[in-house]
Amino acid sequence: MSLRTVEMALATPGVDAEGRPLRVPLGAGDGDGPLPEPGAEPMLVNIGPQHPATHGVLRLVLELEGETVKRCIPHIGYLHSGFEKLGEYRQYNQIIPLTDRTDYLSPMANNVCLAMAAEKLMGIEVTERCRVLRVIACEMSRIISHLVWLGTTGIDLGAYTPFLWSFQERERVYNLQEMWTGARLTTSVTRVGGLMADVPDGFAAGLREFTRTFPKTLSEVDTMFTRNAIWIGRTQGVGALTAEEAINYSLSGPMLRASGVDYDVRKDRPYLDYETYDFDVPVGEHGDVYDRYRVRLEEMGQSNRILEQALDRLARLEGAPINVDDPRVILPPKALAMSDMESMIHHFKQVMEGIKPPAGEAYVGIENPKGELGYYFVSDGTAKPVRWRIRPPSFINLASLPRMCEGALLSDVIAINASVDIVMGEVDR
Amino acid sequence: MTARAPVLSPSVTPLRAEFGAAITRHVVSCGDTIVHVDRERAHDVLAWLKDAPGQEFNYLTDITAVEYRDPERPLQVVWQLRSLGRKADLRVKVELDQAGPLEVRSVWDLWRGADWLEREVYDMFGIVFAGHPDLRRILMWETYAEGYPLRKNFPLRGHFSRSEQTRQALAANPEAHYSLEELSIAEAYQELPADMRARLARGERGFLK
Repeated sequence: MSLRTVEMALATPGVDAEGRPLRVPLGAGDGDGPLPEPGAEPMLVNIGPQHPATHGVLRLVLELEGETVKRCIPHIGYLHSGFEKLGEYRQYNQIIPLTDRTDYLSPMANNVCLAMAAEKLMGIEVTERCRVLRVIACEMSRIISHLVWLGTTGIDLGAYTPFLWSFQERERVYNLQEMWTGARLTTSVTRVGGLMADVPDGFAAGLREFTRTFPKTLSEVDTMFTRNAIWIGRTQGVGALTAEEAINYSLSGPMLRASGVDYDVRKDRPYLDYETYDFDVPVGEHGDVYDRYRVRLEEMGQSNRILEQALDRLARLEGAPINVDDPRVILPPKALAMSDMESMIHHFKQVMEGIKPPAGEAYVGIENPKGELGYYFVSDGTAKPVRWRIRPPSFINLASLPRMCEGALLSDVIAINASVDIVMGEVDR
Repeated sequence: MTARAPVLSPSVTPLRAEFGAAITRHVVSCGDTIVHVDRERAHDVLAWLKDAPGQEFNYLTDITAVEYRDPERPLQVVWQLRSLGRKADLRVKVELDQAGPLEVRSVWDLWRGADWLEREVYDMFGIVFAGHPDLRRILMWETYAEGYPLRKNFPLRGHFSRSEQTRQALAANPEAHYSLEELSIAEAYQELPADMRARLARGERGFLK
């Protein structure tokens, strides 16, 4: 044996004295006894909370047998901010900025729901122009939220290009939001009894241009995904829930409709004059990831239709008031507040003391992009609510994740989790 | 906007006929009907509302709780029910005396959607849902020791000072990522370092009771 082979044996344990590579048993320690059967004992896999495919700070603990998921245990709360507690220390209009930060992918729709809940408490009917503008706010939110869902889900399943298309379109809506409210994300667009501001000049034209060109992007995404063999293979029959299960799990929004339950708050409990708009509610059949994709894609097209109709109405209501004529909730015009004593006192009291709904309670649920967002106010007649409850659609939809992941493959968990369309700001609140 | 007229839900009369004194009172607020139910019969009432012909409140919209600022007033557990077919809503409430046990029967057996909702109410208010299979904290971490955040006696900044909160965060055991239940699935419990096993066995992480 040459010195060279001895050195080699010392340096590389996988080589025998002759310099030939040894067969090293995989995974086994001592080499005694039979190798353990792969997948014979369950294995724990931790995903998150810092993982791009969990869409935020969601943590999943998966019990695997081979590659099959036996059990999925979600852990949430990493983004808990105590919004409901904070709301009890704020006046009604001061809660609106908190709603921006729950479901931060559709802030305008949250603002609308909050204002509607406070208005229900006070028995206020908002003006027609305000209703049209709120519909525009809700439908713009639906489009941008679904676009984020589409882009990120595509990335989760390996499709990068549609992400760029959808985020480009989303950017155009964000520019419009910025034009209207001055903010891209934290819009705070509504006030109890009306809106923070009317839309500026050029907004309607910009939105009209968006609605004209947006369907082209939708059809491109449709071409890319709907009959794509890889997409179909990753999504069809994955994470399926029957209609009974979807109802039993209190799912809402696209998750519920993809399972074949024809329930849309806009149609079944109309608010903001939704019954007068001409639009269809897409309903799935199989309740799997693919049907959820189809439902959301079609919903964007329907939102585009609603936006076009709302723009027609907006042009007809040019110059109409956006705020109700109700001194309980609406501030006097600034010019009057600076010149007229009573108006100044009114302004001061309104800002310092806040609006005071009568004692009572109200629940308002609206069709948000993620599902039914509900705000439940309990008032004791003071300027701050006794209880502000958020019915969080993402949280309730996510609760069905363990059921959907049972028996799925590990790689399907990513697709299923993406299809729920969660936003952790709202799940954890 | 939703209907403004103070219309009483048509479910109230059959409910009173079926359950009599267990329906303590009913209120209409902002057009929504609220039915107050005796604590012992709450589960029966909810089960009846879910399945009885003509009621069919098959969808559990939400479960939450309300505590008023007046400490004399009882806590309320609130179930928001909906009938998808009939397009009707009903709010059912149970009042829990602050002095008595904060416990009510779980509706997990009726609606699976109640799973996380009941856990959240337990986490935030300390109300126990008897019969829930996995009543753990959900938004706060399992070893959270400051109490129940949405109770009125819980100050906005929490019970502990900022320095105490920081101290606890720094003293937390970063190895204890998994609950005992999760570790037992993986059969990894015996392979953990002895001191961690001892800490887990002391219940430092995992079980609440």
